[in-house]
Amino acid sequence: MADYAHSIQELIDAFGRLPGIGPKSAQRITFHLLKVDKVESQRLVSAIAAAVEKVRFCSRCFNLAESDLCSICTDPQRDRHVLCVVEEPRDVVAIERTREFKGMYHVLGGAIDHLQGVGPDQLKIRELLGRVSDEGVTEVIVCTNPNIEGEATALYLQRVLDVPGLTVSRIASGLPVGGDLEYADELTLGRAIEGRRVIGGDSRAIAEDVPIHR
Amino acid sequence: MALYRDVGVVLRTYKLGEADRIIVFCTQGRGKVRAVAKGVRKTKSKFGSRLEPGSHVTLQLYESRGDLDIVSQADLVEAQSALRDDLERMGRAAAMLEAVDQICQEGEVNPGLYDMLVGGLRAVANWDTPLVAPAFFFKLLAAEGVGLHVETCLVCDEVDDLVALDVDGGGLRCRTHREGIAVTPQAVTILRLILGGRLPNALALPVGPATFEVDHLASSAMERHLDRRLRSLHLLDHQR
Repeated sequence: MADYAHSIQELIDAFGRLPGIGPKSAQRITFHLLKVDKVESQRLVSAIAAAVEKVRFCSRCFNLAESDLCSICTDPQRDRHVLCVVEEPRDVVAIERTREFKGMYHVLGGAIDHLQGVGPDQLKIRELLGRVSDEGVTEVIVCTNPNIEGEATALYLQRVLDVPGLTVSRIASGLPVGGDLEYADELTLGRAIEGRRVIGGDSRAIAEDVPIHR
Repeated sequence: MALYRDVGVVLRTYKLGEADRIIVFCTQGRGKVRAVAKGVRKTKSKFGSRLEPGSHVTLQLYESRGDLDIVSQADLVEAQSALRDDLERMGRAAAMLEAVDQICQEGEVNPGLYDMLVGGLRAVANWDTPLVAPAFFFKLLAAEGVGLHVETCLVCDEVDDLVALDVDGGGLRCRTHREGIAVTPQAVTILRLILGGRLPNALALPVGPATFEVDHLASSAMERHLDRRLRSLHLLDHQR
């Protein structure tokens, strides 16, 4: 079998190293780029070059940014007293899409993982503590993933953020909107019951054996 | 592809692709099983929450031709919510899972190891003492055939004046033949309780310096046996 020219093989290999792209897809993308108009492939080249050149971590919240501070950190409309702590920059985008949150973010860059040996020192936790004491933060919302690693991180943050005048809250766990109750797993459903909301009646008369999470 | 059922404990998970995970189980009937759970990282996944490290589940799996099976169903046998709500307990459970992950082998049926892990995780949930993980390690080593000899000195018949633990030799040593890590009489008492069938008495002891000493001895012995460091043991060390 005849081999590809060196530069073509290089390109196929480069695409093949990307997540979710196998050798066959890498080949297809390469030949597509060689077939289309040069302007089109040049656009991809400059987009990659610009992103690699410009994108860096925001020096305050560690979100992705194009300058020293990200667009959220420089926005004067945001509430600087509330800090939402997330694991990855893409979690910021997920929360921004809700349009419910108007505070600031702090990206940890991962979560505490006992089995992989990821500890607090490898995350941006020291920086978070610095921001809490310097920026007059009154509430920290811990928005880590609801899995073991995210829970471990939340428990750790709960411990180190024991500061007078600071509220530390955890994002609620529960049922996805549009789902059926009967298909919910017992852990999620249990959490949904624990984290239920009072919608009427006398809220002081909560049954003792079905405590509500406050 | 054949379907089969089993019960097992999730030892660890790895992310795979966009929304899948590779789950490593310690099962009762097949030893270590590695399987793909599709779509479990999506919020609408039916069994994502049941396939986290430490979960004790009944499983239905497709046997595939490759080395990874596919999880088709998973139901919780028991929910140990205490393991998720307490950082210390999480660490203890993680240390146990990591050690079992090293010992459990694919294609090697070991129901004893599975039973031991289930019992160990139950103990983590029921007893809030740092002694749970070391006790599990000592019992695991004994089950592996490299248990510690704690009743007399390794060399002579001395019973009372035992002052050192010889990890390589596999037991305690008296003052005359001392070699290895120094141990206090309190730690010797705890070791004897754990390995002498009186584990509940050991777990009921108040936490003191001897507890941490036994913890250190257990991790040294375990790491020596596995010939590698256990990552989860040292993760939050400076927090204590």
